[in-house]
Amino acid sequence: MNGRFTRLAETDRPTVNIIVDGQPVQAMVGDTLMVAMLSSGASLRSAEFGPEKRAGFCLMGACQDCWVWTADGGRLRACSTPVENGQQISTSQPEVTWPNHG
Amino acid sequence: MAEPRVIIVGAGPAGVRAAEVLVASGVRPVVIDEGRRDGGQIYRRQPEGFTRGYDSLYGTEADRALSLHETFDGLKDKIDYRPDTLVWNISQGRVWTNANGRVDDLEYDALLLCTGATDRVMPVKGWQYAGVFSLGASQVALKSQAVSIGRRVVFMGSGPLLYLVASQYVKAGANVVAVLDTAPFFARIKALPKLLAEPGVLWNGIMLTRMLQKSGVRLMTGVKPREILGDPETGVSSLQFEAGGKIHEIACDAVAMGHHLRPETQLADLARCAFRFDSVTRQWLPVVDADGRSSVDGVYLAGDGARILGARSAEASGQLAAMTLLSDMGVAASDRWALRQAVANYARFATGLAEAFPWPHEQIADLADDVVLCRCEGVTVGEMRRVDASEANRAKAFNRVGMGRCQGRYCGLAGAEVLAAARDLPIEAIGRLRGQAPVKPISVGVAEDEA
Repeated sequence: MNGRFTRLAETDRPTVNIIVDGQPVQAMVGDTLMVAMLSSGASLRSAEFGPEKRAGFCLMGACQDCWVWTADGGRLRACSTPVENGQQISTSQPEVTWPNHG
Repeated sequence: MAEPRVIIVGAGPAGVRAAEVLVASGVRPVVIDEGRRDGGQIYRRQPEGFTRGYDSLYGTEADRALSLHETFDGLKDKIDYRPDTLVWNISQGRVWTNANGRVDDLEYDALLLCTGATDRVMPVKGWQYAGVFSLGASQVALKSQAVSIGRRVVFMGSGPLLYLVASQYVKAGANVVAVLDTAPFFARIKALPKLLAEPGVLWNGIMLTRMLQKSGVRLMTGVKPREILGDPETGVSSLQFEAGGKIHEIACDAVAMGHHLRPETQLADLARCAFRFDSVTRQWLPVVDADGRSSVDGVYLAGDGARILGARSAEASGQLAAMTLLSDMGVAASDRWALRQAVANYARFATGLAEAFPWPHEQIADLADDVVLCRCEGVTVGEMRRVDASEANRAKAFNRVGMGRCQGRYCGLAGAEVLAAARDLPIEAIGRLRGQAPVKPISVGVAEDEA
């Protein structure tokens, strides 16, 4: 499968490039991270409590199904975060280091 | 007296109209909104740089959307506007906010909650697969990002939004393969007297349905969903359902599902507002009087966050609550009769809608044990049936339904139906999940700063 989402209009916008799990992904200015990622791929992350991939659910910041991570471990809600050129995104949570356990 | 400190939470139709009333009386409210731009969900504004016109974005409601956006643009320098900001707690006369990790707390003399609504969803076997979205989500994708959620989209559920969003998809050039309504067609006929309370809105609804029929979209009523089939890796591949005594299967790569909306009441709960059970919608709603007052002095409620009456009513109830607030504070008195009547009329129409497109609680009671009930943590319907509890919050303590990422927004109502049916109790006996702070996940660092 190519992208899950299909673009229906507003396709004259300038493009930007982001990196998802080390792979370049082309997006458009004004895209949310979710639209950028699901226009070229089928999912955003893996479920923690089941075998399936997830691609978000509510798109309005209520369900929290669309979390992805920045290179330094910050958590982003893909449905409400605009893309930025050069952004590096990970679809799995980077290793967590607890401050008092080194 | 010093200028009253008024906080409005939400910049959708209710919040914007309320702010307009306050500013006209010389009050400068703080308007806190989680969105990046004003408009709320139904009048959501597309990002800067997008060029589609109001007609294509909002259809029959284009004039209302434009008026609301222009009103808000004119208010911006007369209010303390805080977009992209989450209110995550209300306690001791203060609201606690978080804007990208920046935390603040603000005292208020009066608080007006216009928190809006999210989709009410019915679990279906396979709804955890990638490609299943809420109905509201499918609309946001189109309106705010100009994308379709898939290449072959099925709309399933009930309520006016089902037909509205499907028609918007067709107009925008998306491939809608079916609109499947769980409500039987005769329910609409029975509800007609109440639906005639708003003949204009009713007419718009009839025209949408006709447009879908003419476009060749498969429309079916009295549907019982069976299963969304798919693959853990690639997501949805088809949908199976019963209708007219037969089993049908439709190939699709996206399903948009929803049964009307549910108010976002967590903040009213944290502000200690009293709730009542509404037997028409089978939901617990905050108590609100005909003028927009909650049960708590100084706390007012308007729009779909109080009860689901739709966007037009939200504008009226926002104005009404703001006028009541000003009158209660001795700032300005005004005649509220006409607005009260308007809201009462929308309430009659909304009751008609709830009867025409009912929440299929008997279908939820029938779900198989292996259906996922809580999408966040993969808890099944069977686990809810076996829980050693008969009350929603106690059940949550055992099986975590309502404790995951969504905090009960998408499983709470269905979970209560499963429990009520399994215990043979009336739904109101199950109670409601209490709102907890933070109302949405915030990072540990933010919470620690405040502890």
